[in-house]
Amino acid sequence: MKFKKILPQFLTLLFIVLIFGFFTMNAQENMDTRGIEFGFGFLTKEASFDIQFSLIDYDGSMSYARAYLVGLLNTLLVSFIGIILSTLLGAVIGVARLSPNYLIDKTASFYVEFFRNVPLLLQIFFWYFAALRALPMPEDAPLIFGSSFMTIKGLYTPAPIWNNFDIFMISLVVAMFVIYFFNKFAKKKQEEEGIQYPKFIISLGIFIILPLLTFIIGGVDLSWSFPELKQLAKTSFTYEGGMGIPPELIALTLALTLYTATFIAENVRAGIQGIGKGQKEAAASIGLTPNQVLKLVILPQALRIIIPPTTNQYLNLTKNSSLAAAIAYPDLVLVFAGTAMMQTGRAIEIVGITMATYLTISLAISVFMNWYNKRIAIQEK
Amino acid sequence: MSNLNFLKPNKDNLNLFLVLGTLFFALGIIDFCLNNFYEKNITNFLPGYISFFTPLIFSMIGLHFIRIEFTGIKFLDELNKNINTNNFNASLSICIIILIIFSVAPLLNWFVLDATFIGDNKEACTDGGACWVYIKTWFNRFMYGMYPNAEQWRVNATFIIVLGLIGAGYFFPLNYKKYLTFYYVIFLPIISFLLIYYLISGGEFGLEWVETGAWGGLSLTFIVSFFSLIFCFPIGMMLALGRRSDLAVVKYSSLSFIEFWRGVPLITVLFMSAVMFPMFLPDGTYVDKLIRVIVAITLFEAAYTAEVIRGGLQALPRGQYDAAKSLGMGYWRLHLLVILPQALKLVIPGIANTFLALVKDTPLIFVVGLLELVGMLNLAKTNPKWLGFSMEGYVFAGIIFWIICYSMSKYSQKLELKFKTDR
Repeated sequence: MKFKKILPQFLTLLFIVLIFGFFTMNAQENMDTRGIEFGFGFLTKEASFDIQFSLIDYDGSMSYARAYLVGLLNTLLVSFIGIILSTLLGAVIGVARLSPNYLIDKTASFYVEFFRNVPLLLQIFFWYFAALRALPMPEDAPLIFGSSFMTIKGLYTPAPIWNNFDIFMISLVVAMFVIYFFNKFAKKKQEEEGIQYPKFIISLGIFIILPLLTFIIGGVDLSWSFPELKQLAKTSFTYEGGMGIPPELIALTLALTLYTATFIAENVRAGIQGIGKGQKEAAASIGLTPNQVLKLVILPQALRIIIPPTTNQYLNLTKNSSLAAAIAYPDLVLVFAGTAMMQTGRAIEIVGITMATYLTISLAISVFMNWYNKRIAIQEK
Repeated sequence: MSNLNFLKPNKDNLNLFLVLGTLFFALGIIDFCLNNFYEKNITNFLPGYISFFTPLIFSMIGLHFIRIEFTGIKFLDELNKNINTNNFNASLSICIIILIIFSVAPLLNWFVLDATFIGDNKEACTDGGACWVYIKTWFNRFMYGMYPNAEQWRVNATFIIVLGLIGAGYFFPLNYKKYLTFYYVIFLPIISFLLIYYLISGGEFGLEWVETGAWGGLSLTFIVSFFSLIFCFPIGMMLALGRRSDLAVVKYSSLSFIEFWRGVPLITVLFMSAVMFPMFLPDGTYVDKLIRVIVAITLFEAAYTAEVIRGGLQALPRGQYDAAKSLGMGYWRLHLLVILPQALKLVIPGIANTFLALVKDTPLIFVVGLLELVGMLNLAKTNPKWLGFSMEGYVFAGIIFWIICYSMSKYSQKLELKFKTDR
């Protein structure tokens, strides 16, 4: 019996060791013949290439490590925007699919069936090379909402100019803490004495009033810089001032959002459908208002079904954002596994770092979500 | 004409309300169409913002008038029940109707009415609509990539034979049914590989050799997804069993394998197969690009398949294992005869989703320089003779992929119903 347990384990181990050994030996030999030394020393060397779009200060004289950081931040930026937008859109579409209104139901399911059955890469190409290329040149662009311009070179919006931005941010954090403690206090009061406070309105009030106060007493000041048309050459125009959002980012966000939202919509629909009718009726029969039924009975249960698969979609979105490389949005893959690798030729190290980064992001999100899942899971007695 | 109440339409004045309602509704829609497609504003006399909402207001009044319960007219009752239950619902319905008109009319124009179907060069396309001539001219390239025109019958022949072989399983005589799994899992992949090797690749039997770099277009999409699909399934099954094994080494090596592939994007895996993998092989060995890609995609999708199958394994009650063990079955007999057939039945939708994801992921192989349909589109788009038709190309590819994926998902739903057994 013991032999039967040890033999397969031994064979597996042997197989793994042999494969890894074979690969390392070859890699060693290949690198020796080409005169490459394995190591991460190249990270501190000067990168000497430019990146079109960066959230932090960057220019060619900075190191490869800095370029890596720029790429990583760009990846995180597009994933973050994509996750928020696709959650909102997915929730709306998911609820719409359950609508008793025939037209709304069918339109929503048409959207879902269409967008999730077309490859994401194709959608990205479509938005970038076909749809956004049909936009006007900067000099002909119409004004949107009195302040923005949607052009072939991207979206130009007013940019906020802050004075004492840090004080404003601190006030936001303080407001969050106050709200947290207030809610804890309100819950305690309700459980002990049965007093109900209008929690939501008071929380919202704190969230708005506290940061507003800093404008009056904290010396915080906000003004806007508007984009203005500027002539570079005879036929070449651009916008100065304001905030320029590159078309790559817009196309990528659009495609990722529209694609992922279809999956989230299906999760939301399954979650709400997964709750028995009896739950709703039971809640109504003990005198809860429709709002309370939704807030106290339906949503907490539906979320338990919705969250685990939706987390997977968030992970997929983050990983899919690497398709950015196809339209030259400077994300981690393009900047690091593309340009930096071409320049340094260090395939093993760079692909290794890139993969390790994505692996870390994935594992971090799934660890956090497992923790959250455990927190909201039904505690059975 | 007794108690005519416009706020509460009732059955007594049914005909009047029907006529009024239809009129108002039609007025709203006509107003919208005139505004949008003919740039005529019939409600000019009103202030701008009211005039903007007039279609909505008119149609809502119309729908309000025809909201009468139990009229006995079947169509009207259905309409009221489905899209016109209350004012809020009616306004949503109108928004959707307006949205449909707003988007369908220009799309129809672009797709059909203004489109050019006849011609053989760019100059034929002058109507402002879609230029389907572009697709027609490039059709061979989109389907077969750079495969020589004269040799394309070989690709067709291979696909027809393989499709025929897949279909042949359906007509197996009853007493040979037990070999069906063997046929699909072992015989078919081998035959397909030989066909692709000798017929598509060529080089022997007097056929001209065509290097894999020249393969492309939709046929390459099919080849890559077909092989990845066939190989990823058994590997995924082994990984799923390994992950649930009692043996620590087997369990944790499967676990880390699965988590590794699931944690990284496919594009980096393809990068790895393109630039990193040759470093791991003895100097001088060359593995064909296409094979490297297929191996990479197979391993990647196998990890996802493994997780799906694991879900099915977990869903089976413990009693199934105990019952099989009490009959004296060993590990393999227990899994092959009792557990897997039931577990796989449970996970058909999940497997189908993984396969769909695989098909949708194939365009990514442009990273290593293989050009399937989407890659060919990007190549055609940069051809100086045919600049400016990227929209047609992407729409065409989108429709093709949509047909493939949608029919696959519908088929999986049918399969799910067919195999559904009550437990």
